[in-house]
Parts: sequence; C-alpha cells; structure tokens
Amino acid sequence: MFGYMIRRVGQAIIVLIGVTIITFILLHLLPGNPVRAILGTRASAIDIKQLTDQLGLNKPLYIQYFVWVSNLLHGNLGFSYKLDQPVASLLAQRIPKTLFLVGASLILAVLLAVPLGMLQAVRRNKPDDYVLTGLSFIFYSMPSFWLGILLIVVFSATLGWFPSEAPQDQFSVFSQLNGMVLPVATLTLVTLAFFSRYTRSSMLEQTIQDYVRTARAKGVSRRAVLFRHVLRNALIPVITLLGLSLGGILSGAVVTEDVFNYPGMGLLFYQAAVSDDFPVLLGVTVVVALATVLGNLIADILYAVTDPRIRYVS
Amino acid sequence: MIEDVRTELMPVAGGVGTAMPEGGEGYSSGSVWRLILAVFLENRLAIVGLGLIVFMVLFCFVGPLVYHTQQVFNNPNIANLPPSAHHPLGTDPVGYDMLGRLMLGGQSSLEIGFAAALIAVGIGVIWGATAGLAGGVVDAVMMRIVDALLAIPFLFALILLGAIFTTSIPELIIVIGLVAWLVPARLVRGETLSLRVREYVQAVRVMGGGSGRVLLRHIIPNTVGTIVVNATFQVADAIIFVATLSFLGIGVPPPATNWGGELSNGLSYFYDGYWWLIYPAGIAIVLTVVAFNFVGDAMRDALEVRLQQR
Repeated sequence: MFGYMIRRVGQAIIVLIGVTIITFILLHLLPGNPVRAILGTRASAIDIKQLTDQLGLNKPLYIQYFVWVSNLLHGNLGFSYKLDQPVASLLAQRIPKTLFLVGASLILAVLLAVPLGMLQAVRRNKPDDYVLTGLSFIFYSMPSFWLGILLIVVFSATLGWFPSEAPQDQFSVFSQLNGMVLPVATLTLVTLAFFSRYTRSSMLEQTIQDYVRTARAKGVSRRAVLFRHVLRNALIPVITLLGLSLGGILSGAVVTEDVFNYPGMGLLFYQAAVSDDFPVLLGVTVVVALATVLGNLIADILYAVTDPRIRYVS
Repeated sequence: MIEDVRTELMPVAGGVGTAMPEGGEGYSSGSVWRLILAVFLENRLAIVGLGLIVFMVLFCFVGPLVYHTQQVFNNPNIANLPPSAHHPLGTDPVGYDMLGRLMLGGQSSLEIGFAAALIAVGIGVIWGATAGLAGGVVDAVMMRIVDALLAIPFLFALILLGAIFTTSIPELIIVIGLVAWLVPARLVRGETLSLRVREYVQAVRVMGGGSGRVLLRHIIPNTVGTIVVNATFQVADAIIFVATLSFLGIGVPPPATNWGGELSNGLSYFYDGYWWLIYPAGIAIVLTVVAFNFVGDAMRDALEVRLQQR
C-alpha cells in the first residue's frame, strides 16, 4: 500500500511538472511583447530595455522557466496589470466562492445520484428506468448555460422564487442562500445526470459477478444481496469518480458562474479571457490543473484503500 | 460538462476483445458483429437517437434546398416578427427568417462537431496506438504528456486557446480537436497494450511483419469499436463546446452562425418576450446532443455483449 502511494505521488509530481512546462510554453505562444503591454506604445527604448532586464526576459528560456517555477512555489503567480493586483490575491478572494459552489453541487449530486442510479439498475429496461435514463440523458446533453437560463426563466422570471443573480459581496454567500439556489441547482443537475448514469452501469456490472450468483444460491434475499454486496462494490468506482470528475465540474462552474454572475474563479478566468489578461489566465490554469491532479491522486489512493485488488494490478 | 471521463471510466464488463460469450459457445467473427448489431437495434433509445441524427442532418443540409430563405441581407422592416405562416419560427433582430437560420446554424454546428471529432479521434488513435505498441520509455513519455494535458480541464483549455487564437471556423475545429484527442489516445493505448501480446500479433511478427504493419493492419482495426463509440461522444461534446464558446463570446464571429451563437444572440432580447429567438436553437442543440449520446451509449452496450448474454 505504502509503495503504491509513493509511486502514485511520484506520478502526480511528474504530471505537475508537465503542466508547468505546457503552461510556460503557452505563456510564450502569447501574442505581443509583455514589456510593451505594460509600458504602452510610447515607451522609450531605455525603459523597455530596463524592464526587460528587470523581468528577466533577456535570459535563456530554461532559466526563465526555473525562475517562473520558483516564483510559483513561493506563491507568486504573477501580476495582473489589467486588474492592478497580484494574481495570487485575486485567486485568494475567488477560490473560496468556487469551492462553495462546486462543493455544495458535488455533495447534492452524489446524495441524489446513488439512490437514482440504484433504482435504475434494479428496474433495468422497465418504463421507469427508461424515463430516468431519458431524463438523465437530457440533462447530461444540455449545455450548462442553457440549463441555467431555463432555470432562471422558470424559477426567477416566471415564478419569482429565487433571484437570477448570485450574491455579490464577500461574506453574503451564507446570508443570502436564496441566491445560491439556482447556481447550485444548475451545476448539480448536470453532474447528477452523469453520476446516476455511472452508478447505474456500475451496479449492473456488479450484478453479473459470480459472487452475486453464489449469494443468491445460498439463499440470501435479493434485497440483502443488493444492499450488502452489490451496492458496496458498485460504490467503489463512484467514490473515485468524485475526484476524477473534478475537472469537468470546474469547467461547468465557469459557465454557471458566468450565467449567474457569481464572482468565483471561473468568472475571473472568463473575464480574463475576454480582456486578454494573460497572467490571470495562466495563474488560474495552474491552480485548476493542480486541483485536478490532486483530485485524481486522492481518487486513486481512495480506490486502492477501498479495493485492495487495485494495488496488485498496477 | 463532465465529458472528460465518460468514455474512459464507464465500467466495462468485458471489452471488444472479449465479446465472445462465456461457456464456449463458438461464434464466428461475422456473427459477433451481427450479434452486436442485433443488440444495438434492440435498444429503443438507440433507434430514436439514430432517427434524430438522420432527421437533423436532413433538416440542416437538405432543408435549405426545400425551404428557401435569404440569409445575407439585413431587413429591419421584418425584424423580430413572431412565428406566423410566412415565418414559421419568426424572424430575428436583423430580419433573418429563424427557421432558415436554424438550418444554417445547424450546418456549422454539425460540421464543426464531425470535423473536430475526426481530428480528435485521428490524433488520439495514432498517438495511443504508437505509445502502446512502442512501450517502455516512449510509452511513458507519450502518456505523461497526455496526463499533463488532461490535468487542464477541457473548457479551461478551450477558453485559453480561444483567447490566444482569434477564432475562425477552421481554427475553432482545430482548437477543439487539439483539446479532445486525449481521451481517445488513452483508450486506444489501453487496448493496444492488450492487443499487442495476442497470438496473431506475435504470428505477424514471426512472419517478419514490421511495427507499421502490425499497427495499421492489426491493432488499429481491432480498436475500431472503441474508436467509433468515442467518436460518437466526441461529436456530441464538440457541439456543446461550440455552443458554450459562442455563449461566452469566444466562438465564431459573425457572419458565421451556429446554434449556440443564435441562442446567445437571442438572450439579449429574451426579456422583450421574443421567445422564438432562443427556444428553437436550444432545443435543437439538446436533441442533437442527446441523439449522439443515445447512439454512443447503445453502441458501447452492444459491444459489451457479455452483459447482454445473461
């Protein structure tokens, strides 16, 4: 177990190094000269030279890379000249909000998806399975912005139950939970559709295993087999799915935050893309990639903890 | 928006390679495919999906030949008309007929979807099969590159690339293809690892067949099931990506149009009560994506014949 964890952590570190290399390459693919961008078009040649030296842009690429990485490790993610703030402090304001949105949606989605997926698996190819499958396909196939808009149309514009805009200022998220209902619902529904579908196939896969037949042959009731054997085994991949789907959910959060004007990391990223604020774009990318890699790592380790077979396979 | 993991992680009760039923009943390879087809056709949702795809393709590409509209010149005199006998889906803010617009937008949505899926699967197959067959250091390096790229969530990568490259339709297709090839690469590499040790591959080697021959004649043809299933999902995903990017304003600039662009243009008029500007495009996106997901899902189930053999 310990060896497996060490190996897996090592892999994650290699992937992270890969991510920084890719991001660094992107940084250099960017159009325009960063010094020009900062100083403007009327800067004198001396000023340009001075700032170029100061930013270390005249050094060889590999030295620039190591300087950039060491800055990253010190929590220095660059400076947004558009917003006139360090990227790290922008992220510090935005990340908790996104964590709240993503966390609440994930928990709700899992709590709803497991019973729904179970129901579908038990009632496989019966009318209720078809209805639920159809519904989950529809939610799954819906662009999240379109789902968010439909929720606004129904619950905000028509019924007037919830506001169409998420709470704005720093500490109002908990005091104005009303405003969080629609954003969380949007992200939950998209995620739920996928998770319930996954639970369904995971359960179905377990029901054809030999141990199920053995248990039934010994006279264990259908219900007991389902809850005590099938469900427990089927949930193992679902647990790991949580970590692995983090990237997709963060993608969904970008759109959801944009639809509901929720001032999280996704909205920051989107606004940076529209205004060509590259330090912010790259800073968010590094943070998001780190989150995804950590999510995968935790998922894999949980998988190995819950299912000892996996350690021998790899 | 959880495309990243769908095809890769769905539990598989025996892959394409193990499509033979247990218990020793022999099926010739021809009848395995017939069995797969039969299982596919048994799935009612798949038939619905297939029908929808055919309908959408006919609607978008043959429709304009039957239903003539002009989509070039603005005509403010007929702007924002509600649906009527003359304009079944009304007109938009610059006086384009919405039904005709829907066909036009569908053309580019479907074209981008198919083209991006083709690029993604093409790169993915070559990359994955090469890595799997080569093994060792080459495999490790190639797959770590895939891992590192996969760590950046799709939409973030798309927005980032969209911000760097000013988007035209070909650029958009390439950008989506360049982001989406990672999952097929992993899938194909996984299959290649199991295929390359099969006896028939060893036999080819013994008879002097080189790596190129093994790859092109034996390994890639055997991954075709996985590839087709993944490509189907890729089309669905690409249509959603294009719509989302258009909604975010990073998509294709006018005069080009697509369903997502129409939908997001219509939104600014929504509170004026011009519902016909958004619902048709929204419904078209969902129906098409649902259809591709139905078909992809049914194909994957059909390839897992073992599950059906119970």
